[in-house]
This record gives sequence, C-alpha cells and structure tokens, in this order.
Amino acid sequence: MSTSIVFGLCAAMAAGLGLYGVIAHPQPLRKILAFNLLGSGVFLFFGVVARRGAAAGFGGDPVPQALVITGMVVAFCATALAISLLLRLFQTTGIATLRADALASRGTDPTDP
Amino acid sequence: MTVPQALELTVAAVVMSVGVWTIAARQTFAAVVGFVGYGLLLALVWMRIGAPDVALTEAAIGSGLTGAMLLGAAARLRASEVPMAAERPGRIVRLLAAALSATVAAALAAAIVFLPDPAPTLALAASDNAAATGLSNPVTNVLMAFRAMDTLLEKVVLLLGLVGVWSLAPNNIWGGRPGPLHHADPHGVLAFLARLLPPLGIVVGISLLWISSDYPGGAFQGGTILAAMWLLVMIAGLADAPPVSRQWLRALLWAGPAVFLAVGVGGLALGEAFLAYPVAYAKPLILAIEFAMTLTIAVTLGLLVAGPPEREPGK
Repeated sequence: MSTSIVFGLCAAMAAGLGLYGVIAHPQPLRKILAFNLLGSGVFLFFGVVARRGAAAGFGGDPVPQALVITGMVVAFCATALAISLLLRLFQTTGIATLRADALASRGTDPTDP
Repeated sequence: MTVPQALELTVAAVVMSVGVWTIAARQTFAAVVGFVGYGLLLALVWMRIGAPDVALTEAAIGSGLTGAMLLGAAARLRASEVPMAAERPGRIVRLLAAALSATVAAALAAAIVFLPDPAPTLALAASDNAAATGLSNPVTNVLMAFRAMDTLLEKVVLLLGLVGVWSLAPNNIWGGRPGPLHHADPHGVLAFLARLLPPLGIVVGISLLWISSDYPGGAFQGGTILAAMWLLVMIAGLADAPPVSRQWLRALLWAGPAVFLAVGVGGLALGEAFLAYPVAYAKPLILAIEFAMTLTIAVTLGLLVAGPPEREPGK
C-alpha cells in the first residue's frame, strides 16, 4: 500500500470516529473534542490530496497545505469560543448540559435574563 | 514490505488506536490527554506526507494549545461529569450513529482510493512564480502572497473569535482580567519551568518566524510558541494576565491586521491591486507583515486560551 492510501484511510477513520463522538457523547466538552478529531481527519484528507500533487521538487502541493494551516488556526479559534460558551453555561446554571429539559427541571433557564 | 512501509503502518495503527481512545475513554481528562498524544503523533504523519509546515502547526496549535484549553475546561467541569453519564443516548441511537459514521468513513476511504491519476496540482504554478516574492518556502509564499487574502481574513476571524470570548464576561467585570488567578508553589517544578523555558521558547518562536522565508516555519507557528510561553508564565503564577481593557493590549491585537491592511491598500494605491506587492519590495513587505502578525497572533492566541474576563481589573 502506498503512503497516500495508508494515511488517507487514517484520515477517513479519524473523520468517522469524530462524527460518532459528536453524536454519541452527551457531555458538550467531549463533543468539542470529537469535533476536533473530525476536523483533523478532514485536514489529513486534504494533506493526502496535497501529497499526491507533489511536483516541482516540493513534498506536496503547497496551496492545500497553506489552506490546512489556515483551517487549523480557525478551528482552534472556534474551539476556544465553544469552550468559553460551555464554561459560561456551567457558571450560570451549575450544569453543563445541552438538554433544555434538564435545565428547566433545575429551575434555571439560561434564556431568561 | 520495506522498512519505511512497515514504519508507516505502525505509525498509522498507533495514531488510530489513540484516536479511538479519545472517543472511548470514560473520563474526559483521560480523553483529552489522549487527544494531545494523538495530535503529536499526527504531526509525524504530516512530516511523512511532505508537509513540515503543517506538522509544526498541528503540534503547536492542534495538539498543544487546543489540548491546554481542553485540559483547563475538563478540570473546571469535573463536577458536572457524574450526572451527565445518565444522559448517554440509548443503544439504538448509538448503533445508528456508528452506522452513519462508518458510512461516512467508508465513503471518504473510497474517495481516497479512487482519486484521479495524475493528481491535479498547483505546485508548478507556485514554483514558477516564487521569483516574484524572493521567498523559497512555497507554503509561506502561498500564505503571504498568492493567497494573502485568506490569511488576512483569518486574522480577522481570530479577532472576532476573541471578541466573542470576551463578550461572555459578566456585566460588572467587563474589561477585567481573564481567567482565574493561578497559584503555584514558587519553588515547584512548574515555576521552575516557567523561568527556564521562556527564554528558549522566545528564541525558538522568533527563529521559526525568521527562517520561514526559506525553511518550514512561519508567523502562526512562531506566534503559537510565544503564546505558549506567555501562558506558561501566567499558569505558574509568575505574572498575572493583564486586564483586557489595557490600551497597549488592544494595540497589539489590531497591529497585525492593520499592517496587513495598510500594505494591501498600498498595493491598490500604487495602481496594481489590493494586496499586490511591488516586486522590488515584496520580501521586506512580507517580513514586515509577518513580524506584526507574529506579535498579534501570540497575544490573540494567549488571550483566547485565557478565556473571558473573570476578575475586576484591580483584583
């Protein structure tokens, strides 16, 4: 098996694992983590495509590689915002859940100012 | 099977096992530690597929800073973990999720196996036009010249993300100091490392920026290492986070995008196009933008990890 096939299959598996985690984990923090795993799979997929485009003495096509770097920084930024939102939810309600009924049963509605 | 092939398969198997662990682990803390290891191993994979610039970014931002942020959040949310276990979706939902994920993974795998041959590439175009900027690192060329608009907009996204994080501060401490006050044993290992590592880290961060015109590195990677050093000093309690209303802090935050924009508008004024660098000054202009960007990136990333203001400016 060639390098791009081996790591391409890794990318596909990481994306699948991440998608499963996003759906199946109840804790929001685990969902954020799984979302990053999903993202890393997508980035690696793009990296494998870049590798196949290696030419002109470069190890890979530099355009997708540069886009992946930009993507990683934006993914980090989104993760930081998501974690801040989650911590604020925990601060105001004392519970870190995404279920509206669980919040209502505690008598704390975050939408109520 | 040759030795490199065997090593590739081994690395792939280890990366995927750690990836499974980050999803399967019962405790969030253990999962996050797994994620940091996964990111570092993934950096090896990036090296192997000819992308050292991406490998540096993955190790520094994808694994390091994201890991630090997730660890901090996991520690603060630990109390909420036990009641959450009851909210685990039922067996049927989990089976359906597994089926859906397996389908998506299989589709991606098929896409990789049946990609067109020869692969489309822009490497030749990037190589042919490298003389226009005088830089020999193709990724820096793409980031700072050929696709400079993406990089400029990404800086704006970082700034907007920080505004979003800050806006979560309670009303009465708007403009205060971000995050909790950290205390650490002043004679402990953490405080020792926080004194020992920053001089080295600052040199490494700046050199990653300086060499990026010809070798792997760049403003993101250098800025991330500078941010990590700043965070280390803050977490060890050696220096408190500054109140976010400080003017110098705000100036650092917009310095990078401002220089970038000024150069971009300058290109327009000289009659060419937005972000067109005059050929004779391309390299100095790009280096000037990268220096301003590195400072801005370091401060922005550090503040994103530190979180919204939680304490009044004076406290």
